[in-house]
Amino acid sequence: MVEIDLNRVDEIIERYKGEEGVLIQLLLDIQSEFNWISREVIARISERMRIPKSQIYRIASFYKAMSLNPVGRHIIQVCLGTACQVRGAPKILDRTEENLKIKEGETTSDMRFSLRRVNCLGCCAMGPVVVVDGDYHGKITPAMVEEILEKYE
Amino acid sequence: MPGVRSKGDLEGLRSEILMKRDPNKPYITLCSGTACRATGSDTVAAAIQNELEKQGLTEEVGVRRTGCHGFCERGPIIVIHPEEICYLNVTPEDVPEIIIKTIKGKEIIDRLLYTDSSTGERIVHERDIPFYKYQTRLVFGDNLRIDPTDIESYIAIGGYQALTKVLHEMTPEEVLEEVKKSNLRGRGGGGFPTGRKWETTKNAPGEPKYVIVNCDEGDPGAYMDRSIMEGNPHRVLEGLTIGAYAIGSHQGFVYVRQEYPLAVTNLGIAIEQAREYGFLGDDILGSGFEFDVKVHRGAGAFVSGESSALMNAIEGKVGEPRPKYVHTSESGVWNKPSNLNNVETWANVPLIIDKGAAWFNAIGTERSKGTKIFSLVGKVNNTGLVEVPMGTALRDVIYKIGGGIPGGKRFKGVQTGGPSGGIIPEEYLDSPVDFDELTKLGSMMGSGGMIVMDEDTCIVDIARYFVDFLCDESCGKCVPCREGLKRMREILDGIVAGKGREGDIELLEEIANVMKKASLCALGTTAANPVLSTIRYFGDEYEAHIKEKRCPALVCKELISYYIEPEKCIACLRCLKSCPEGAIEGEKRVIHVIDQTKCIKCGICFEVCPPKVGAVMMISGKPVPPPVPEAERVIERRGGERR
Ligand SMILES: Cc1cc2nc3c(=O)[nH]c(=O)nc-3n(C[C@H](O)[C@H](O)[C@H](O)COP(=O)(O)O)c2cc1C
Repeated sequence: MVEIDLNRVDEIIERYKGEEGVLIQLLLDIQSEFNWISREVIARISERMRIPKSQIYRIASFYKAMSLNPVGRHIIQVCLGTACQVRGAPKILDRTEENLKIKEGETTSDMRFSLRRVNCLGCCAMGPVVVVDGDYHGKITPAMVEEILEKYE
Repeated sequence: MPGVRSKGDLEGLRSEILMKRDPNKPYITLCSGTACRATGSDTVAAAIQNELEKQGLTEEVGVRRTGCHGFCERGPIIVIHPEEICYLNVTPEDVPEIIIKTIKGKEIIDRLLYTDSSTGERIVHERDIPFYKYQTRLVFGDNLRIDPTDIESYIAIGGYQALTKVLHEMTPEEVLEEVKKSNLRGRGGGGFPTGRKWETTKNAPGEPKYVIVNCDEGDPGAYMDRSIMEGNPHRVLEGLTIGAYAIGSHQGFVYVRQEYPLAVTNLGIAIEQAREYGFLGDDILGSGFEFDVKVHRGAGAFVSGESSALMNAIEGKVGEPRPKYVHTSESGVWNKPSNLNNVETWANVPLIIDKGAAWFNAIGTERSKGTKIFSLVGKVNNTGLVEVPMGTALRDVIYKIGGGIPGGKRFKGVQTGGPSGGIIPEEYLDSPVDFDELTKLGSMMGSGGMIVMDEDTCIVDIARYFVDFLCDESCGKCVPCREGLKRMREILDGIVAGKGREGDIELLEEIANVMKKASLCALGTTAANPVLSTIRYFGDEYEAHIKEKRCPALVCKELISYYIEPEKCIACLRCLKSCPEGAIEGEKRVIHVIDQTKCIKCGICFEVCPPKVGAVMMISGKPVPPPVPEAERVIERRGGERR
């Protein structure tokens, strides 16, 4: 699990000082740096920016790109855009879920993998597509899933 | 770089840029959009750099990484200038040969060219490849010619000419009039006349006024907005600035989703460079007009692409729609008049100013002018981004450009309009594609997703897919949308699981009608389209699921079983070894049998059974035959009948 350095959070908050309507941008910056947004971070933002915690939770839980749970060492994205759907992506997601014994949106208990379904990565020619830590694996079949996962310790 | 202050300055700069270029100097363009990066464009770029250094050619040969060329099926794509030799599916291993043979030796490598599958003919130039030949790439074509991170490459092809013309030769009213006369309609979904929208914001009381680019692109089957933003961001900025001038706005926003990192980066670079060259800022091109742009990253919510929801998101709030009786063009961001247009809409504007409304009106159909970019994906040979004049027949897009359906399969339907659209069956393939025709067919233009489906696609499953997507994406603020979608999902989940009942279809239609009339925003009012259009055209598939518990396309997991045909099985152990559940029983020379109680229907056995054996099959709507009696399971080694 990535520990969140609150000093770093302060630095990010500093970037947006005095600007209006920046909460989403701020949370996105934190999300992309730490891959999740912890309770402590929300408390800190609330205190520094004088925004009620409830409002921050509301935003962080509304938007797909923000996660309130810590993520594993590797992030698996299974594309379920329409093109991948038509080419059999649900079977890929099923296989991955069965293999890791978690559902999409969850993280394995050993913190090795977090599994997400995403809507269209825009590389439909490769579909069905699975992206692990930014590596694209295209034209995936259910039988290939295990081998791909094994590459990531 | 001194700022550009006048038309003369821009012309001077342009000829200076062109002078610096030697038209005979060889250079390589490499497609580097997101799709090509996924297939290895970065490693090809590194290999090119490496090889050029090795050959001592870094000075003599230019390299330009461009945005998406659209032919994603065959990426990464390389074009070698000045001859314009086009190589497809290039790998790093091909690079040394390309440099030595083609760049140095002026020799063409046949293997890397496009081969016409019917004639076997090899095609050298990108423009002669059927995928490109039948397109009209007015908006998208410049992607091939520019490096999106270098404003000078945009200026070199005539970029910012339209803005200069507008600021120095036209009044805001004249600009507005031109756009109105062009009959440009919004490319973001609804097809609303752009000029009229601009006029509303222009005339609305309240200052400041805002102009906004919608690059949220939430449709899960479309990626043209991303490709324009990644490959040609200046074109969008130029259009936006022209719109700002016409409307009287001094502040613009670009709403672009965070999931598009390359688009965010290239846009950021473009804005910086535009400021530096004087195309954005206090006194643009010396005209006294002041305008600047802020980027707002979207955080991944489909509904936030809706106009009033997007205004909320820009204000830093939850991106939920506002009540619709207030138009955002009159009261948008911070309740100020705000004009929102889609990326592709804005990208059309410089073109209209450059070439005139009359020129634009000559392209397209009676009520839909210009071109439209589609993302042609799914079960089609040439996946990619396709730009055609409005009114082009669906059949031409799918067959002439898309190269038809792979694997000799039969076409079943084409989905347009994303989650708000519908599926159009074969009998309407000759319909011209424009805003009104697609609506007539019970679908819509939407953002331009075009997902081709073949006989192996289950229509009910696709309808369920969209309802499921929308159910997740509905903000939950209004009841018809929130509850209607949930109930529709329940019913469809039942149907695909073999629990469909008489009356389900009527119930779906009833819910759909309420949602259409009573939802707050267009997410809800159009959410039933995927269901209604499929009931209309593919009612028999619903019937098969409900009455016969049969999935004709053999997709719905609960309605199919895997079965090994004893006559075909060669007892090779392949399926047995790869079954993750150990549900297949047998041994060498003993016919394999699937234990139906253990099978989780993952389909691996079907996949690994060698095609020429083809023993594993899917069964739907009828019982699985009983397993072969033990005594008959042993395969005798008879003179090669079975290998
Ligand atoms: C649920 C929903 C999602 C939308 N998403 C987008 C989007 O991602 N991009 C877009 O340009 N328009 C989207 N729209 C349409 C916008 O509301 C708006 O009509 C459009 O951006 C206006 O631009 P145009 O007139 O140039 O088409 C969406 C509409 C709805 C109802």
